[in-house]
Amino acid sequence: MDHWRDHKLAFWVFAIPGTAWLVVFFLAPLAIVWALSFGENISITQTRVTGTLENYGRALLTPVYLQVIWKSVWLSALATAGCLLIAYPVAFLISFVGARWKMILLAAIILPFWINLLIRTYALIAVFRTRGFVNFGLEWVYETLFLDRLFGPFQPLELLYNNFAVGAGLIYVFMPFMVLPLYASIERLDKSLLEASLDLGAGQFTTFWRVTVPLTMPGIVSGIILVFIPMLGSFLIPDLLGGTNAQMIGNVIERQFKSANDYPFGAALSFLLMYATFAALALRAYAAGRRSAAQV
Amino acid sequence: MKHRKSPMMTSRRSFLAGTGAVAAGITLAPHKSFSAEDKVINFYNWDTYIGETTLDDFAAATGIEAKMDLFADNDELFAKLREGNPGFDVIVPSNDYVERMAVADMLSPLDHDKIPNIANIEPVFMEAAFDPGRKFSLPYMWGTIGIGYRAGAVDGVPDSWKWLYDSDKYSGRIALLGDASTVMGLALKYLGYSYNTVDPAEIKQAEELIIAQKPHIKLFADDNGQDLLASGEVNLAQEWNGDILQVQEEDEDIAYIVPKEGAVIWQDCLCIPAGAPHPQNAHAFIDYLLDAEAGAAIADFIQYATPNGAAKKLMSEEYLSNPAIFPTEEVIAKLEPEIYRGEEVTKLFDEAWTRINAV
Repeated sequence: MDHWRDHKLAFWVFAIPGTAWLVVFFLAPLAIVWALSFGENISITQTRVTGTLENYGRALLTPVYLQVIWKSVWLSALATAGCLLIAYPVAFLISFVGARWKMILLAAIILPFWINLLIRTYALIAVFRTRGFVNFGLEWVYETLFLDRLFGPFQPLELLYNNFAVGAGLIYVFMPFMVLPLYASIERLDKSLLEASLDLGAGQFTTFWRVTVPLTMPGIVSGIILVFIPMLGSFLIPDLLGGTNAQMIGNVIERQFKSANDYPFGAALSFLLMYATFAALALRAYAAGRRSAAQV
Repeated sequence: MKHRKSPMMTSRRSFLAGTGAVAAGITLAPHKSFSAEDKVINFYNWDTYIGETTLDDFAAATGIEAKMDLFADNDELFAKLREGNPGFDVIVPSNDYVERMAVADMLSPLDHDKIPNIANIEPVFMEAAFDPGRKFSLPYMWGTIGIGYRAGAVDGVPDSWKWLYDSDKYSGRIALLGDASTVMGLALKYLGYSYNTVDPAEIKQAEELIIAQKPHIKLFADDNGQDLLASGEVNLAQEWNGDILQVQEEDEDIAYIVPKEGAVIWQDCLCIPAGAPHPQNAHAFIDYLLDAEAGAAIADFIQYATPNGAAKKLMSEEYLSNPAIFPTEEVIAKLEPEIYRGEEVTKLFDEAWTRINAV
């Protein structure tokens, strides 16, 4: 491949739009929020960056904020695991069916993603609520089997306004981000390796565990990153589907920019989340580096 | 909080206003003088809070096209305008936010001479502690927050906040509102304190009351308690009176009561935000909303109490005698308006709210 120094003009023509976009719409706003996290409120609408660490101190020393961050982490981790468990067989299926079905199944994964998040979340309310589709369905089965004569009338399940609903909502909304990278890595998998493994005496389970999973690990890792990080910051889903203790850190941050009117504190909480994410990614890069070093 | 002033200090608001002025200078340069505004007005309103044909009628009467955007709560309105007015001409903040926005220089004074229909407003509403002399605001609608309930599913009339805040009788069938100051303020009312207390011990007590009640509360709803009630998801919902009355029209089993401990009385006001691009049209629009017939059509559709005396003369007896719309003197005596208590108190309530939601 040619070196970029040999085609400076072409390089800059292609590099500048993307770089400018990144700087103006991503790095600059991020820098403003970062600066704000070292600021204080000086009137109802004015803040000034003073270099104070008070916002970070308040976030780290008031137990409730760490508690909410911790809750967001485990709820997101659980939902990410759920996503992975559901998405892996789906991705496997898609990569092993014929071309025609592949298109249909991929479209089925991607199409809902084209509908606005808010509308999909409201649709889930109609599915889960007391007089919703799940309960209607269950009631129909219950009465068809005459169970109401044995155990009394059908009691609708409380599916909405609790942590279950939030988890289900997170899994549903972020599923495409898990399926697509998994599909990409399973598709690239050399199927003859699986046959070799089976020929050489490994069972289906061993083959899956010791050949397929390690070879598709890059897809698993990118899926987890693509799903876990946005889940951690979500606020709309817990707000609409959650009950009285569904609050995630995204909700607390949102309130700082709305009802609490405390931009510096909201900025500090956002950046704490960002630092934690960076730390996790750095740890992963370090672990990956060590592993490849060990293989050499 | 320290309030130091430095000559270097430029708020982002004034910076944005500056860039806005430059942009306005560029785009408006070829336009005509101030008196010839474009025939449009940008109205920022609550959902389901205007008559069915009001905006079209206004356009027919004046030739000015009214474009309406919606906000869900006062916080959203405030946040939208905090960094400078994005182009709204008329907004509808509640009483405490009129005060907060006036303190923050976010409102532009009204020219009463351009609003002759002020004469329609009942004199009692022309006095307001939150806006002395009605410099920035005129009353649009007023009402209460109480309990909306499904009569067939509760015992008698739930005339106490006890059923929402301090009882397991309707466990899992209760929705409270979703904002800290209202939910905690009404808990304070139940405990016998002022809705507007700033005493940390009393606020703490309200927090503990709500935390203890949480297993029985289904959710903190954002202005959709009436829908939860209508769909049978809950049997008791803390809500604005008019919202309950709107669903009552379709479901007669739903009713509204102001509990005996008292509640909060609010007033939504018409204001012109600072930096409104069409102030002349905005005055004309406010004048139109305060017109007798237009005001009656709105009140008839949204079922909130109008402060417009001339409009009331055109309303049905059914509307005027409905205690859910116009509470009796005895009930009014127990109502308190929310008062803007400064940013530190806002923060105190938010922290308590975070703790309530975290447990």
